[in-house]
Amino acid sequence: MLNDEQRRAWQPVASSTDLVARHVFAGAIWGQELALWRADDGHVNAWENRCLHRGVRLTIGVNLGSELMCQYHGWRYANRTAGCTYIPAHPADAPARTICNRVYPAVERHGLVWAALEGTVEGAALPELPMDGLVLRPVPVDVPPAEVEAALAAEFGRDRVRWLVQPVDAGRSIIRGVLAEQPAEPLPVLRRWSARLGRLRDRLEALPRPPVAPIPPELHRVDPALAGLPEPGPAGTSLRLRVARKWPVAEDVTAFRLAPLAGELPAFQPGAHIDVALPNGLTRQYSLTNGPDDTAAWVIGVKREPAGLGGSTCLHDAVREGDVLAVSPPRNNFPLRRDGLLTLFIAGGIGLTPLLAMARTLHLARLPYHFHAFARSVAHLPFVDVLDGLGDAVERHIGLDPAATTAKLEAIIGTQGEKHELYVCGPTPFLDAARAIAAAKGWPDTAVHFEYFKNERPRDASNAFEVALARSALTLDVAPGQSIVEAVAAHGIHIPTSCAQGACGTCRVGVIEGAIDHQDVHLTPSEKARGDCLMACVSRAAAGRLVLDL
Amino acid sequence: MSSTEKVELDPAIRDAWHVCAVAADIAPGATAMHCLFGQRLEVARDAAGRPVVRGDGRVLPALERYGFIWTSPGTPPEDLFPLPGYDEPDRKNVVTGSVGIRVSAPRAVENFLDMGHFPFVHTGILGEEPHTEVKEYAVAIDPVADEVVATECQFYQPRAAVGSSGGAKTEYVYRVPHPFCAILYKTSPFDAVRMDIVALFVQPVGEEEIIGHTMMSIIDDRSTATEVRHFQLTIFGQDKPILENQRPRKLPLDPRAETPIRADKSSIMYRRWLTSKGVAYGVIPAP
Ligand code: FES
Ligand SMILES: [Fe+2]
Repeated sequence: MLNDEQRRAWQPVASSTDLVARHVFAGAIWGQELALWRADDGHVNAWENRCLHRGVRLTIGVNLGSELMCQYHGWRYANRTAGCTYIPAHPADAPARTICNRVYPAVERHGLVWAALEGTVEGAALPELPMDGLVLRPVPVDVPPAEVEAALAAEFGRDRVRWLVQPVDAGRSIIRGVLAEQPAEPLPVLRRWSARLGRLRDRLEALPRPPVAPIPPELHRVDPALAGLPEPGPAGTSLRLRVARKWPVAEDVTAFRLAPLAGELPAFQPGAHIDVALPNGLTRQYSLTNGPDDTAAWVIGVKREPAGLGGSTCLHDAVREGDVLAVSPPRNNFPLRRDGLLTLFIAGGIGLTPLLAMARTLHLARLPYHFHAFARSVAHLPFVDVLDGLGDAVERHIGLDPAATTAKLEAIIGTQGEKHELYVCGPTPFLDAARAIAAAKGWPDTAVHFEYFKNERPRDASNAFEVALARSALTLDVAPGQSIVEAVAAHGIHIPTSCAQGACGTCRVGVIEGAIDHQDVHLTPSEKARGDCLMACVSRAAAGRLVLDL
Repeated sequence: MSSTEKVELDPAIRDAWHVCAVAADIAPGATAMHCLFGQRLEVARDAAGRPVVRGDGRVLPALERYGFIWTSPGTPPEDLFPLPGYDEPDRKNVVTGSVGIRVSAPRAVENFLDMGHFPFVHTGILGEEPHTEVKEYAVAIDPVADEVVATECQFYQPRAAVGSSGGAKTEYVYRVPHPFCAILYKTSPFDAVRMDIVALFVQPVGEEEIIGHTMMSIIDDRSTATEVRHFQLTIFGQDKPILENQRPRKLPLDPRAETPIRADKSSIMYRRWLTSKGVAYGVIPAP
């Protein structure tokens, strides 16, 4: 057993120059092996040298720059936290957040990397060392650390070189020295010290001494929750797609090209979206931008939302080319009519993605359309190359303030021409404004098609009500706080959902009887007024009871 | 060397057959020195060609099966586990090589059962990124034969066998009929019905040191025995550095020692099976 002093003292475990970019360095303190690696951002990691999965040394793993990949099954561990970010054997599952390798405190000072078996980076004080000293070549010695320390003091004193002895194990040490100042010509100095220390090592190792038993490694048990088998990942995300390309397409927007591992992708329609199961356990919806002539791989555009729950940041930061993502088959709740005499597309920012797929469809079919792309700046306009391919049909509106945006929308939308169709997608205020203008100008809402990214309307799930399922001959109660989807799921009836907030339209259910309290942003006012369907993930009974076509 | 010290053997291991030599290496009249459980063994053949094994100052039981000589420090059953298919006349039975590895026997067996490492360790042969998914498979203990059996295993393999010319989804069945032996049946590139057999017989030289012997029984009239050997030795050569970097070297039977995922179902079953048999050699028993 190690004592407190052995655990908490900072020990030099490497020269800074040992931690070369994209390498993993093996270190040790008192018999405990460390995997030391520097990430591309400069952070120095000191981890237990053992993959949590099947115990393989991480020093034979691969330093990917921001993650360390184990050599045996390719598990990836994040820089700093050592949290597992990806398990290739189950690409659809998010690794349990608690799968975390043991991290030791580590700092880099005075040309050396220091680690301790316990404590915090702020914890114990580091030894005083010359700031810009010359770090000597480390010399390993198979002799107990205390003996090495005594020999160094006796042999060289302390005046010119500050000596440090790394306790590798009970009977093994590494001599590390720091010269007070940088000589003009370091090489001959380094050579001289190497030769001296080499001779000292030979002499010390030759001295008779009883064998010293190595200190056994401390193997900590994993969390009990990790000892069992996790269940399969989210249902529905049955496709396995490889990130064939990841590239920036605008300020804060990254595009991902998702290719099948084998065979072909399922068919999709313009306006369709997919659910993407992310390595961090979240599921997110993204529209396909592909035109019908581009079916080999899907392209999605992901805007970084730092204020979000981490879905977009995970895609931006953790997912890389070559990764496999679990994805649902495409679903289309934003269908494109192709029988208009003119189709107007109005896109705000990243809302352009589904409209891009639609415009490309009409473009190929030589059907008339106008495409209006609004963006904060030129740099914020995504997929410019695709827009360029659409030629004259595209008009860009860059950097307009809200008032100018409204004025521009008024001018674009105008009064409805014969068989004109309007498609709008973008942030909630933008979409609300466009719809209000269209309504004010007399567009029937059957000609105004829209898709919200999210439902930002206030929702209220506080009432209790009864639903009767006409086809299943079942009556059940929906409790306050519970959705219809959840209530029927408890009786084994599955309503497919995607966004689970009343934006995407996947959970549409027919209503045979009853007053509906619509809380979604998917249905048009006239659809809501008809009262023959609802979004089961958010909408409820206005009063009494609903009879559903289920 | 601490790993080859004599230790008290648990009954399950003591009374089992253990591989101790390649049969073809022991010519009639010749004697070879081998090592099992840290003990020196003398392996020879008598005038009639039968194997004779001496160790611990006495004559030990001996048996020749599947191209190897087997012995036991205790009272072994009459025969070794069966290997159906092995005797079919059109099969090519090849002893494919023996590799010394500094690891415990059960760690080597577990590696043999593991499909998840194919794309990362046997890149371009038994697996390849991005085909990394281990699909759900079934694993059970066969109560009659008392062995671990994993079925419905499938994996995409760029070059599953020496005779393969391209990538294919390969189907696997695994059997663990012995604590230190595992057998794999896999789709043959030349036969739609029958399966190729690949066997791993582990000779526990010490608790943390083994010789892994491999044998293949395949339906393939095109590849030469040398080609088959090269293929198998390449695979084993890729596993060796991984196995020698597993810590601890002994297999921990505590469910909380490591972190399993669903792909590791067969390894979990194997660890439980070892626990239920009271195997103590080469393992760290569950607390
Ligand atoms: S042992 Fe590290 S990924 Fe399996
Ligand atoms: Fe392997």
